[in-house]
Amino acid sequence: MSAVTTPVKRSPEARPASPETSAWSRWANAHRKWLFAAPAMLFVAVLIIFPVAWTGYLSLTDAEGSVRAESSFIGFQNYLDVLGDTDRFWPAVWRTALFTGVVLFFEVVLGMAIALLLWRPFRGEKWVRVAILLPLVATPVAVGMMWRLIFDPNIGMANQVLGWVGIDPQPWLSGQNSALPTTMFIDIWQWTPMVVLILLAGLTSLSDEPQEAALIDGASTWQRFRHVTLPLLMPTVIVAILLRGIDALKTFDILYATKGRGGGSFHEVETLNVYAYGLSFDYNDYGVSSTVLIIFFLIIIGVMWALTYRKKGLDR
Amino acid sequence: MKLRRPYKIFRTVALVLVVLALIAPLVWMVAASLKTNVDIYDTDKAFVFSPTMDNYSNVLQQANYIQFIGNSLWVALAATVLSLLLGVPAAYSMSRFNMKKSALVVLMARVIPGVSLLVPWYYVFSNLQMVGGFTVLILSHMFVSLPLIVYIMMGYFDGLPTELEEAALVDGLTHIGAFRRITLPLSVPGIATAGILSFIFSWNNFMFALVLSGADTKTLPVAIFDFVGYASIDWGGLMAAATVVTLPIMLIALFVQKYVVSGLTAGATKG
Repeated sequence: MSAVTTPVKRSPEARPASPETSAWSRWANAHRKWLFAAPAMLFVAVLIIFPVAWTGYLSLTDAEGSVRAESSFIGFQNYLDVLGDTDRFWPAVWRTALFTGVVLFFEVVLGMAIALLLWRPFRGEKWVRVAILLPLVATPVAVGMMWRLIFDPNIGMANQVLGWVGIDPQPWLSGQNSALPTTMFIDIWQWTPMVVLILLAGLTSLSDEPQEAALIDGASTWQRFRHVTLPLLMPTVIVAILLRGIDALKTFDILYATKGRGGGSFHEVETLNVYAYGLSFDYNDYGVSSTVLIIFFLIIIGVMWALTYRKKGLDR
Repeated sequence: MKLRRPYKIFRTVALVLVVLALIAPLVWMVAASLKTNVDIYDTDKAFVFSPTMDNYSNVLQQANYIQFIGNSLWVALAATVLSLLLGVPAAYSMSRFNMKKSALVVLMARVIPGVSLLVPWYYVFSNLQMVGGFTVLILSHMFVSLPLIVYIMMGYFDGLPTELEEAALVDGLTHIGAFRRITLPLSVPGIATAGILSFIFSWNNFMFALVLSGADTKTLPVAIFDFVGYASIDWGGLMAAATVVTLPIMLIALFVQKYVVSGLTAGATKG
């Protein structure tokens, strides 16, 4: 590396072609901040603000049947109905919370374990990374179908494997109580790699010194993880929880692919998202579905706010 | 840091298990796609069977998959290109002028549940006679790709030094000229990352296409359901269809691994 800097000689010909100085060009340069940002913002705003406002309006009407059908204003009746519905709505809320909580827990714990395993260089690292990438980019609907075959009670590989170790066949997706845990398993299979990648990026950006200092002080492996690595990694963990949490709350593809409409015949995997989808596009019950969506929307905003608030607290 | 020998052995065993758990189901899917439906039902032929390409020829010829592959490609490509056109300048501006609140508007699209937008979209677009056409599909997929692109590119521009642009300004370029001739060429790796990830997510998107596509504009994730009948499932065909959807995107991801990983972890380490 030479540290000598040679002064650049500029000949008049080497200068860029004279800047366009038309009125438009001058205006564009002066207003480039909004000229650049506005199209994207407008696009998203139009596709969000109007729909959310309209969903809010629909939630106050008895709209039903066709999206173009006449509807009348009924105030907060839908909200009273939905919040008093212990048959479909509250179970769906409960399932959404359970699904999100359980998959987040396992994805973060397993993701952390795998990221720690991958942290220090080793032979064949490239192949492990390939394996981690494959579930992540696989089409979720196809993943759902794939597991549907593996978990088929009669011909599926899952029960065959259980048979080898002498465990009775399980109903998996077709069981009323086992369907939800099985879909959670599928989600964990597909998305733990995402947490691994995020945490691994965080781990590799940590410096080695605090680790080595702790080692010299005689800290055990667990102590080093608990008191050095984990606190330093916490902001990255929160990012992973935030990103995965948002998507887990909205899970649809895997549930629809494995159990179909309404989350199965007993609604055993019907989360809020699946419930709202069914109300909208299977039953065309737009008033009620809009109410459910507004409530769902508020829940998501609330969770987001709580998590970013917690994150800010950690940054300080 | 030095690693102790017992840990190394433990790590090797653990990683082999992890890799197996992640790969085996996919291998099983491909294996089933090469079996006849009779063999799939025969548990004795779980591992030893005579492979057949019948399911694939069925999927590609009779089930019209060639057309659906074309649809998926067209929708994902168009959504990606248009989102890049809108998203890259927006991300640049948001990064350079620190427009946090404006960025939030775009990133909101990542948070909102898609269903809550679909009813109004469906209403408007069916009134415009656009449901079932490509335009509405591409627009809805842009809704997925644009926030992704803005998010990735903002981080990328944040890490790009401003000195080069300033030098270009001194040399007589306009602000927009400096962006076009200096910043954009330097951003090619970032744009590649954003573009590839946007393509993958658009290709995999299911819910928007489920509602907004028509018989002729169906994308692959929706077309898979043709193999799920009310009474029975054509497992061989279904697994072949699932493989046809998943394989291209996996191959792309493998070839450009570096970009996919940096896109998926964008913004993660800054906290």
